[in-house]
Amino acid sequence: MVGELEFEKPVLELRKKIAELKEITKEADVDLTDEIEKLEVRLERLEKEIYENMKPWDRVQIARHPNRPTTLDYIPLLFTDFIEVHGDRTFGDDAAIVAGIGKFQGLPVTIIGHQRGKDTKENIRRNFGMPHPEGYRKALRIMKQADKFGRPIICFIDTKGAFPGKAAEERGQSEAIARNLFEMAGLKVPVICIVIGEGGSGGALALGVGNHLHMLENSTYSVISPEGAASILWKDASKAKQAAEKMKITAPDLKELNVIDEIIPEVKGGAHKDKDLQAQAIHEVILKSLKELLKLSEQELINQRYEKYKAIGQFDLQNEYITTN
Amino acid sequence: MIKDLFTKPKKKKYATIPSEAAKQDVPEGIMTKCPNCKKIMYSKELTKNLKVCFHCDYHYPMNSQERLASFLDEDSFQEIDRELVSTNPLGFPEYLEKLEKDKEKTNLNEAVVTGIGRVDQHEVAVAVMDSTFRMGSMGSVVGEKITRAIEKADELSVPFIIFTASGGARMQEGVLSLMQMAKTSVALKRFSDNGGLIISIMTHPTTGGVSASFASLGDYNFAEPGALIGFAGRRIIEQTIREELPEDFQTAEFLLEKGQLDAVIARAELKEKIATILDIHQPGGDLVWLEN
Ligand SMILES: [Zn+2]
Repeated sequence: MVGELEFEKPVLELRKKIAELKEITKEADVDLTDEIEKLEVRLERLEKEIYENMKPWDRVQIARHPNRPTTLDYIPLLFTDFIEVHGDRTFGDDAAIVAGIGKFQGLPVTIIGHQRGKDTKENIRRNFGMPHPEGYRKALRIMKQADKFGRPIICFIDTKGAFPGKAAEERGQSEAIARNLFEMAGLKVPVICIVIGEGGSGGALALGVGNHLHMLENSTYSVISPEGAASILWKDASKAKQAAEKMKITAPDLKELNVIDEIIPEVKGGAHKDKDLQAQAIHEVILKSLKELLKLSEQELINQRYEKYKAIGQFDLQNEYITTN
Repeated sequence: MIKDLFTKPKKKKYATIPSEAAKQDVPEGIMTKCPNCKKIMYSKELTKNLKVCFHCDYHYPMNSQERLASFLDEDSFQEIDRELVSTNPLGFPEYLEKLEKDKEKTNLNEAVVTGIGRVDQHEVAVAVMDSTFRMGSMGSVVGEKITRAIEKADELSVPFIIFTASGGARMQEGVLSLMQMAKTSVALKRFSDNGGLIISIMTHPTTGGVSASFASLGDYNFAEPGALIGFAGRRIIEQTIREELPEDFQTAEFLLEKGQLDAVIARAELKEKIATILDIHQPGGDLVWLEN
C-alpha cells in the first residue's frame, strides 16, 4: 500500500488478516466468527498501543506523509466563498504559498498557507512548498490588506523551509522573512497560526507570528530538519531519527516548552486517514481562538502578541551577579 | 500596424495604442468573424455571450455602455459628471475637432463614464474607461471625473470599482495630462486611508500613465484574459534594449506570472467574483458574528 508507515505495519498486517478470515467465512463453509472477534479485540489493543505511543520519528513520518492534507485540502472544508489572490506586485507569484479571502462560518477572514504538491508535476510548480522571497512578500501584502479591512488572518504552516537557492538569496530571502516577523508583530487583527505538517525553521516562522499558535498532533516545528541537525551535530544525516528525539520537535514537545497554545488532536494514524474529520477538529480550534481574540481591541491584540513572544525562552539568573549589583 | 491590435491579438507586435483604425471592433451585420481564430458566428449570439468568442475565448473589447450593462444590476446605474467636457488648454492644433468627431461617433462626452450603481445589490461607485473615445487617453476631464467618482465613493462609504482601457496620457494636454496621474492617486490614497475598498479591472489595452496610476492601485488588481497591460510600448522597449520580446509579453497572463495581478478573470465570471468580494468586504460583521 502506498504511504504505509513502518511503525504501523503490525496494525495493518493484523487488519489484513482479519479481512482474510472474513473472506474465508463468506466463501467456505467454516465459521471463524470467534477467531475474528478475538483478533478484533487484539487489533483495538494494538492500535491503542501503537498510535498512543508514537515516537517523534513516527510523527515525522506522518507529518511528511505524501497524502497528508495540505492548505488547499483544508480550505474548502473550513471556509466558504474562497477567492485566491496572487502575486507580490513586485517580482512574481510564488505557488509555494497560497493566499486569499473567504468566510469562516460567515465571518470574513484572510487565509494564507504554505502549499506543497501532491504529485511530481505539482511539486515542481509549487517548489515542494518551499517559498522564495516573493512568496513571503505576497503573504505580507495580503496580511496588510487584512489589516486594512479588519479581517482576522488564519495561517497554515506546512513547509520544509524557505527555499535555499541562488535566486532566493539574490532577491533577499532573509529580508523577506525578517520583514514578515516584524510586520506581523504590528497587525491590528487577530492572527491564528496552525502548523498542519512540517514547520521548517524560518521559512515556517515567516507565516507564524500570531496571537495563537496551534499544532496538529503529528506535525513538527523545528529550527532545522532532523537530517540537517544530524549532519551538523554528528556529521551523519542517517542519524536523523536520533536527532528527531533529541530536538523536541513534536507538538507535545512544543506544548511543554510553552511555544504553542493547543495541540489539535489527529485522526488515529494521522490526518491523511480522514481529512473531513480532521478539518472538524481544526474548525473547533479556529472557532475557539476567534471567539477569544475578537474580544480584544487592536492594541490588546498587538500587546498579546508581544507578551506571547516575549515569554518564550528559558534562562537563569546568576546569583552572584544579582548580589553584587 | 495599429490595426494588428484587433485583427491579430495573439501577435500584438506593435500593439500599444488603439487608433481610429480600430474603432469598430465588431463589424456591423448579422455575422461576425473572430479576429483571433477567424471563425464566423452570429453577432447577436456573440453579444449575448458578453462578446467572448465561443471558439477561442477571445475577449472582444467592450465599450462603456456594454460594460455597464453587463456588470451592473439592471437599471441601477446613475451617471454623474456627464457635463464635464475638455477644453484645449495648450491650443493644440485640431484637438477640439478631434474631440467633436469622437463625441459624435461614440455618443460620449469623454473617455470615461462614471457614476453610482449596484453589483448584486451592493452599491458601488464605478468608472468605466472607453477606448473608443480618443483611445481612452487621459486628459484633464478623465482625471477629474475619476477623481470625483473616488470622492463620491468616499462620501457614500461604498467601494470604488474602475474598469481601465487606455492608451495612456492625452498628448494634446501635455503636462496637465501627466498630472492627472498624481491627482487620481492622491484621491485614492485618501480614500484608502479612510478604509475604502478599491477594485481595479484592467481591460484591453491598459497602458502608459493609466497603468502607472489608478489601474495599479487597487486593493485587488484584476485583468481580463489576453488584455495588453504595460507601461512602455513594446516597440520602444525593443528599440531600447535591441532584443525581441516574448510573444506573451505584457499580456494579462504574463503579468499574473510576474506577480502584478491578483487574478485574471474571464468575463463570464467577473460579476459573480466581484460580488463575492464585495460581500466579504461588507463592514461591521465582527461583533454580530461574535454574538451568534
Ligand atoms: Zn475566436
